[in-house]
Amino acid sequence: MKVLVAVKRVIDYNVKVRVKSDNSDVDLTNVKMAMNPFCEIAVEEAVRLKEKGVASEVVVVSIGPKASQEQIRTALALGADRGILVETDEKLESLTVAKLLKGVVEKEEPQLVLMGKQTIDSDNNQTGQMLGALTGMAQGTFASEVVVDGDNVNVTREIDGGLRTVGLKLPAIVTTDLRLNEPRYASLPNIMKAKRKPLDVTSPADLGVEMTSTLSLVKVTPPAERSAGIKVADVAELVDKLKNDAKVL
Amino acid sequence: MSILVIAEHDNATLKGATLNTITAATQIGGDVEVLVAGSGCAAVADEAAKVAGVSKVLLADNAAYEHQLAENMGELVAELGKGYSHILAAATTTGKDFLPRAAALLDVNMLSEIIKVEDAETFSRPIYAGNAIATVKSSDSIKVLTVRGTAFDAAAAEGGSAAVEAVDVVKESSVSSFVSEELAKSDRPDLTAAKIVISGGRGMQNGDNFEMLYKVADKLGAAVGASRAAVDAGFVPNDMQVGQTGKIVAPELYMAIGISGAIQHLAGMKDSKVIVAINKDEEAPIFQVADYGLVADLFDAVPELENAL
Repeated sequence: MKVLVAVKRVIDYNVKVRVKSDNSDVDLTNVKMAMNPFCEIAVEEAVRLKEKGVASEVVVVSIGPKASQEQIRTALALGADRGILVETDEKLESLTVAKLLKGVVEKEEPQLVLMGKQTIDSDNNQTGQMLGALTGMAQGTFASEVVVDGDNVNVTREIDGGLRTVGLKLPAIVTTDLRLNEPRYASLPNIMKAKRKPLDVTSPADLGVEMTSTLSLVKVTPPAERSAGIKVADVAELVDKLKNDAKVL
Repeated sequence: MSILVIAEHDNATLKGATLNTITAATQIGGDVEVLVAGSGCAAVADEAAKVAGVSKVLLADNAAYEHQLAENMGELVAELGKGYSHILAAATTTGKDFLPRAAALLDVNMLSEIIKVEDAETFSRPIYAGNAIATVKSSDSIKVLTVRGTAFDAAAAEGGSAAVEAVDVVKESSVSSFVSEELAKSDRPDLTAAKIVISGGRGMQNGDNFEMLYKVADKLGAAVGASRAAVDAGFVPNDMQVGQTGKIVAPELYMAIGISGAIQHLAGMKDSKVIVAINKDEEAPIFQVADYGLVADLFDAVPELENAL
């Protein structure tokens, strides 16, 4: 079974983003970039499926600027077999990403597509579902457990009320939640080996996708700041403040 | 303009998140219609018809929609939604699951978790874990939006008298099926609807110690939440997680117990009216957003708090 994993280059999750002073966007100049954490979980799950003998090949795809090759190499160092970069410097909307991924899916014909449930930059949580609609594949979003069984995959999903398991016919799409697995670190020998793994570069035009945009960014502003309040000395003072000043008890 | 709101429900009752979504719809302006898709859910449609501001309720009552599987819901919403200017759903795990699917079928983009309606085409939404707010204008023919419930007041549950119209569109996909569900059972209020939320973090040390928080919560009629660290460590189940990728809450009072205050956690609670932090680490970032901070060992402070209430 071939598994396709989609990964995105985003701001490192430890970095607190700043808004540009002209409110045109966030400032990503000289900011540390990394693989989106949910995508790392997707790569890890794919590699585990290969280690279990369920997956025969793990192909990793990223869409974005040339520098996204770094994140593909990271995925290769973690155990993916080969990479594909759909290179573009344009700002991408979820629907366009889903169309590009559909193009890759049609070429590669994977049985399972694994991707993060959302990226930590746009926080959209849309692309996997959109890819499902465009390809007609079933989806298991926000996965905390993935069990492949013949032509089916059972996906346990993290939902607001608890957990829900759905059965999907392969080929299917799974988007990862935080507790699906704990990603490994790449070892130095594997990082060296990853440099020799194949990485093909393609373009939106090669995939026959027209780059359109329907969303325009009017402005980006910092959120309303909360200022630190006061320190109380003990529980009695805390209860008193909550009852008499804040009036919330 | 006419707006279609997809109701959040469990086939028996209308979920509160729908009322917040209806408010967002009325702020856009135009007729607000509600789609109730489920199985044996006529009572939900009747409830939706009474909500103030609703002009019509569409009832798609069929076994295919019993579990609101994304594949079926996506097709249904895309087909019924064609005639509307806007399609809205609550930004819950259900809405987030099916609505992007419907948007792609309609060949339009979607805006997730809007927190403000600027005008009928322009909306604000948090990005980068709430560290920036983007105002985005959409030129799509149909605007598809999920709505963050805490950012909009609930519409009045009574006062409307909309007609209920049955729709017989059946979309039943063969590629997915419901297997099972494990829902948390609790007598405490729902996290996203509670007036008081008390959350525990890694500092709680284990799941058994959450009993202390439950005791305080029961005295206050509060819901109990947790940080990602506490959920990842297996102290409590995932449905208790408050944060960027968990639940977004904005209660009157939020008490963070043994929570350091990672930005991912702050993204889920910083719109609370009053924030209390109890942590023994004076340098913990949670104190930077807390209205009242108590530097203390939670194992002393929480029982003391319980006794003081």
